Amino acid sequence: MLAFRSLKLISTRAIALSAAKRSFSSSIVAHNTPTSLHAFTDDELMLRESVADFAQNIIKPLVPQMEEEEQMPSELISNLFEHGLMGVETSADLGGSEMSFTAALIAIEELAKVDPSVSAMVDIHNTLCNTILKKYGTKELSERYLPQLATKSVASFCLSEAGAGSDAFALQTRAEDKGDHYLLNGTKMWISNSKEADVFIVFATVDPSKGYKGISCFVVERDWGVTIAKKEKKLGLRASSTCVVNFDDVKVPKENVLGEIGLGYKYAIEMLNEGRIGIAAQMTGLAQGVYDMALPYMYERKQFGRHIGDFQGMQHQYAQIATEIEASRLLTYNAARMREEGRNFVQEAAMAKLFSSQVAEKAASKAIEWMGGIGFTREAGLEKFYRDAKIGAIYEGTSNMQLQTIAKIQAEKYK
Amino acid sequence: MSKSLRIIVPVKRVIDYAVKVRVNPAKTDVDRNVKHSMNPFDEIAVEEAVRIKERLPSTEIIAVSCGSAKSQETLRTALAMGADKAIHVEVADDSKLQPLGVAKLLKAIAEEQKPDLIILGKQAIDDDSNQTGQMLAGLLNWPQATFASKVEITDTLAKVTREVDGGLETISSKLPAIITTDLRLNEPRYASLPNIMKAKKKPLTKSTPEQLKVDITPRLETIKVEEPAKRQGGKKVESVDDLIDKLKNEAKVL
Repeated sequence: MLAFRSLKLISTRAIALSAAKRSFSSSIVAHNTPTSLHAFTDDELMLRESVADFAQNIIKPLVPQMEEEEQMPSELISNLFEHGLMGVETSADLGGSEMSFTAALIAIEELAKVDPSVSAMVDIHNTLCNTILKKYGTKELSERYLPQLATKSVASFCLSEAGAGSDAFALQTRAEDKGDHYLLNGTKMWISNSKEADVFIVFATVDPSKGYKGISCFVVERDWGVTIAKKEKKLGLRASSTCVVNFDDVKVPKENVLGEIGLGYKYAIEMLNEGRIGIAAQMTGLAQGVYDMALPYMYERKQFGRHIGDFQGMQHQYAQIATEIEASRLLTYNAARMREEGRNFVQEAAMAKLFSSQVAEKAASKAIEWMGGIGFTREAGLEKFYRDAKIGAIYEGTSNMQLQTIAKIQAEKYK
Repeated sequence: MSKSLRIIVPVKRVIDYAVKVRVNPAKTDVDRNVKHSMNPFDEIAVEEAVRIKERLPSTEIIAVSCGSAKSQETLRTALAMGADKAIHVEVADDSKLQPLGVAKLLKAIAEEQKPDLIILGKQAIDDDSNQTGQMLAGLLNWPQATFASKVEITDTLAKVTREVDGGLETISSKLPAIITTDLRLNEPRYASLPNIMKAKKKPLTKSTPEQLKVDITPRLETIKVEEPAKRQGGKKVESVDDLIDKLKNEAKVL
C-alpha cells in the first residue's frame, strides 16, 4: 500500500516538474548583465526626443484639420520623409536612418501620442513594407525600392480582401503566369496608406487549387494600373486612408516577385507577427498621449475646494491606468528586444498587441471621464483618441486571433 | 575668394525649459534629477551657425561644452544639428562652474582654435547670468554684438541687428567677434534621424581645465535658494495716504 502511494506521488511530482520546466524554458535566457526594459541606446534616446519634438511642433497643430478633412497634407508626409522616419531600419547606403527595430517602435510610440493616424502610416510603411523588402527582396529589388521608400514613396501592404480578413489565406486575388510577366486581377480591401502610396506589396495566388501554398508576394507600382475604388469613412484613424484597391489586368514583371512563388503565406505570417509589435507601440503611445492630456487638468480643475486629482477616488483610477500603460509598454519593448535578439517572439508580440489595444481603449475612455464635460468636446482633442483606440483590437490580427495564437502556444507547453 | 570661416558655438546642458523646477529640501539648490536639454538660446546659436554654413559651405563649426560627462549628450545634439566637431571640457562638478570660469575656458579654446566668430546664447535659462559672452569678449579683447535678432556675415565683417530697450540697433563689426543670440534670431531645426546617425561619426575631443591651464575656482557662493513668496491677495485702499502707509509698512517697498 505504502509503495503504491509513494509511486503515485513520485509520478505526479514528475509530471508537475516537467511541466514547470517546459513552461520555464523558451522565453528565459542566461545573461551576464541583464538590464531593465528602460535601457535604451544613446541613439534610441536621441531619436525619442527628436520625434517627440517633431510630433509636438509639426504634427500637433495639424491634428484638428486632419480629423475634419480625414486626410494628411502632403507637406506633412514630405516632412516624415525628411525627418528619416520612413526608413528607420533601412541601411544608410540605401538612404535610410540605419537604426534598430526598437528605434522604429519608439518613433511609432511618440507619433501616436499626438496622432495615431500618422503613427499608423509610419508603422505600416516601416514594419511591414520596408521589412518584407529587406528580408525577402533580391538585391536588385531592395536596391530599387528601399531608397525610394526611405526618401519619397509611401508603400501599402495589400493582404486583406472582402472575403479574407482573419482567414487571410482565403484571398482570391489572382496572379496569372504569362511567361515574361504576371497578370494581376482582384480587389483588396481595408488597405491603409493606399491613397498616398506609390508602391504596393500585394499578396495574390498563382494557383487557387494549391490553397495557401499558391499565395505569392509581388511589388507593384501604382502607375502600372492600380486604382483606388473607395475610401472608407471611419470611426477613428480618420486621417489614415483606408481604401478598396483594384487590380485590373495589372502587368507585374517577373523581377518583381518578392521571395519565392508559393511562399507568400509564410512571408505574410512573419511580417504580421513583427508588425503587431508596431501596433502595440502605437496603442501604448495612444494611451500615454491621452493620459498626458488629462492628468495636468486634474491638478488645475478645482471642485469642492480641492483639485479633482486630490480625491482618492480619482487617484486610484489614474494609478491603475498608469500601471496598465507601463505594463503595455514593457510588453511591447520586451517583444521588440526578443525580436532583435533573434529569439522566438510570436507569443510575446501577440500578448503585447492584445493587451496594449485593451489598455488604449480603457485609458482613452477614462481620460475623457476625468476631464468631464470638457473631455467630451471635440475641441479638447481627447475624444479623437477614444475613437482611434478601437482599431487596435481589429487590425493586424483581431484580438480574438491574438488570443488564439497565445492559447496555441500555451497549450503546447502543457499537452 | 573668401577664406573659410571657423565658428565656435559654446553650448550648455540645462534643466529642460518645460520642467517645473522645485527647490531641494536643504534649500541649497533646485532638484536636478529631472530632464535636461540644450539651453534654448544655445540651440538658436547652433542654428545660426548652421545657416551661415549653408550660405558659406566652407565654414567649420565647432561646438564646445564645459561640464560633467553628461554634457556630451548636448554636444551630440549640436553635431546632429550640423556642427562639424565637438570639444568637451570635462569638469568634475557642474555646480562649481560659473560664467567667469567658463569665459576663461572658452578664451583658452579660442586661443587654440583661432575662430573668426564665437556665437553664444545670450544667457542660460538656469542662472540667467547673461555674462559669459560679454566677459569672453573682454578677456579676448574682441568686439561684441549681444542680443542679436539678425546676423549677416561676410568673410571679414559681421553686421548684427540687436534688440535693445529703445528698439533695434544695427552695428557692423570686424571679425573676429562675439555674438550672443536673442529669441527672435531664428527657429532651430530638429535633428533629423539621418543627421543623428551622421553625428555619431563626427569627432568629439576631450579636454580639462588643467590641460587648458585655467583656474575655474568659483568667486561666488550660493548661500540660499528659495521659492518666490506665494502671491497674496490684493487689498483695496480708501485714500492716497492709506496707500503710502501700506506700501511702506506692509509691502515694505518704500
